[in-house]
Amino acid sequence: MKILIIVPAFNEEASLPGVLRDLREQMPSADVLVVNDGSEDSTSRTARDRGVKVVDLPFNLGIGGAVQTGYLYAAHQGYDVAVQFDGDGQHLGTEIEKLLKPLEEGVADIVIGSRFLAPGAYKAPLFRTLGIWIFSVVLSRILSTAVTDSTSGFRAANRKAIEFFAGRYPDDYPEVEALVLSHKAALRMTEVSVAMRERTAGKSSITPLRSVYYMTKVLMAIFIDLLKKVR
Amino acid sequence: MDLLKILAIIGSGALLVVVIELIRRGRLKERYSLLWLLAGAVLLVLSSSRGFLEYVSRMVGIFYPPSFLFLIAFLFLLLITLHFSVVLSSLSERSKKLAQELALVREELENLKRSGLDSGK
Repeated sequence: MKILIIVPAFNEEASLPGVLRDLREQMPSADVLVVNDGSEDSTSRTARDRGVKVVDLPFNLGIGGAVQTGYLYAAHQGYDVAVQFDGDGQHLGTEIEKLLKPLEEGVADIVIGSRFLAPGAYKAPLFRTLGIWIFSVVLSRILSTAVTDSTSGFRAANRKAIEFFAGRYPDDYPEVEALVLSHKAALRMTEVSVAMRERTAGKSSITPLRSVYYMTKVLMAIFIDLLKKVR
Repeated sequence: MDLLKILAIIGSGALLVVVIELIRRGRLKERYSLLWLLAGAVLLVLSSSRGFLEYVSRMVGIFYPPSFLFLIAFLFLLLITLHFSVVLSSLSERSKKLAQELALVREELENLKRSGLDSGK
């Protein structure tokens, strides 16, 4: 099984060495692709020095465009499985095996690593918890499968899902919207419980102040996605 | 001829002249000028014949004919901005695709160069 680990990275020179070391130790047989999303720091250099594959986007596309670049690469190069793994250090290499299992068993096309399946495992700020809860209620209804951690960027996709995402991946709120589009494309998804680390460097793009505004926009995006024609 | 009519004719006539001149100089693509030309032509026709303007205004239930002129101009602007949003969406999708393809091709080229160097040794 050819596995590609897609690491989207925007100005992650500080956390990238740790992430890449983690991946080399835990997943020595998998290929690692760092998608440098138009970073202004030495993200690209840092990744190249560590011998992983690197693609440099000429300007910043945002997380959706960067992840899709990884899926395009996986589709072109004939990978069987692609794993999305954040460059900021919050995901753990030890947890990847858990994501791969449902794909190997053939019970899902997309596997989402969830922080919230194990009760009390992860503490998020109050506003975020509330927002995540609302997403989970809305999405679980739409997707007709329980989704507890829809904003998780820790995912694995099989060949079928790789090809779908290579052709179509959302830009605005990609984690959440990708689930809605996959559902419309009749891809099967499942969640597995994973541990995540607090971020090691850099800061979250979601501040408490923006949470409510963000939530409204995401909910609107979800409903707009429902109107979209898929294939 | 009342002043309003003269102003309306000058206004819509000027719009047509400006649009045609922009096309002639190659500053405006035909594809993006069709709606502008149509807007100019319709407004010119409506403003040059008072009787016709009054007739169509009455027909749609507007009793102050000049406001029908505003309505038409407003609808055209709405249509043109919507058209722009569509064009903008397709352009941003294309520029994203280009950026992705460029990045992937560059990676492939580097690989080729590297393997070429290795075999050349």
